[in-house]
Amino acid sequence: MSSQFKELVVDPIVDKNPITLQILGICSALAVTTQLAPAIIMSIALTVVLIGSNVIISLIRNHMPGSIRIIIQMTIIASLVIVVDQVLKAFAYELSKQLSVFVGLIITNCIVLGRAEAFATQNPPWPSFLDAVGHGAGYSAILIVVAAIRELFGSGQLLGYEILPLVKNGGWYEPNGLMLLAPGAFFIIGLMIWGIRSWRPKQKEAADFRISDGQPERH
Amino acid sequence: MEHYLSLFVRAVFVENLALSFFLGMCTFLAVSKQIKTAIGLGVAVVLVQAITVPANNLVNTVLLNEGALGWLGLDEINLSFLGLIVYIGIIAAMVQILEMVLDRYFPALYHSLGIFLPLITVNCAILGGSLFMVERSYDFGESVVYGIGSGVGWALAIVALAGVREKLKYSDIPAGLQGLGITFITTGLMALAFMSFSGVQL
Repeated sequence: MSSQFKELVVDPIVDKNPITLQILGICSALAVTTQLAPAIIMSIALTVVLIGSNVIISLIRNHMPGSIRIIIQMTIIASLVIVVDQVLKAFAYELSKQLSVFVGLIITNCIVLGRAEAFATQNPPWPSFLDAVGHGAGYSAILIVVAAIRELFGSGQLLGYEILPLVKNGGWYEPNGLMLLAPGAFFIIGLMIWGIRSWRPKQKEAADFRISDGQPERH
Repeated sequence: MEHYLSLFVRAVFVENLALSFFLGMCTFLAVSKQIKTAIGLGVAVVLVQAITVPANNLVNTVLLNEGALGWLGLDEINLSFLGLIVYIGIIAAMVQILEMVLDRYFPALYHSLGIFLPLITVNCAILGGSLFMVERSYDFGESVVYGIGSGVGWALAIVALAGVREKLKYSDIPAGLQGLGITFITTGLMALAFMSFSGVQL
């Protein structure tokens, strides 16, 4: 049980992280991370949808005809996303405005459909639940780290509280505007992948081409 | 006319779906190793986007919006909460129909687009385009222009990235940065270049 727990919940956080290794669910990871608060809300929303869809799909996995399973999965996911979207609009209206279309885009987030297809259709509910928790946590970890870096260096704040006093408020920190722009997000995730892969060399990709040193090769 | 032109240019360059809204990133990074496949996917996205955004616009104005069912005498019904599930259904259906039509009448194009068409159903750029259309309340004409423009912008970005990545084989990249890492950095630099369009006032 404990080895299964480790494999399903802990592994996706670093070793098999959905964003940095499996290239899944990147869109929202980049788009909602200019501040910490929307990133946390987005992580919670995605984890809830992921857990719901994995458990439901795993419960009905033996009754789903193979040819229409994608449609069934999409319907289940879309219904869950609608519920989450409505709840956000009711209880956190300002944040849901800030997240704009990205809550709706959880439907096409490859993590959700990917886990439903790859894991929940073949496993009982409990492991599917653990798998969803693990992948939700892996996604959330990246989102929260990126958002914290971007908000801290981009506007000197964390969750709206001032950490680095800005020059314009009489402090010493000159905010780095690049962090708040689209390219900043790409650079941070790129560098993060570099960091993680240097720490866990197993994840390195083999080069498609190698520059040979010295003599040109004969063909 | 001028209004449509400026909307088009804005959708292609200033509000590029891939580089400033990060939509369709999964496919964007995964299918950009070669220019040829990137062009195939780009064409498919333009086609699907040009069909689904106006289609969703029609559905939105005739069925879902507040008071949209007035033509049935049901004035006070507001079905907009069903939006997400309807849009994704329409996208999936349109992709399926497009696939069958292409298979029947344009087999050459169908074979060159191949596996990309079904992939597009779960491409967030397509659903994102429809959701932006709803959020900004475009009318039908605007939605046609926006659909085509945002598709062209996405296609342009992926072809450009594929071009850069084909040249990257001549560079000596540190082992940990190989593959996904350097692609992110490259995309970041491209996004930086595209940002210079954001100063363009139309």
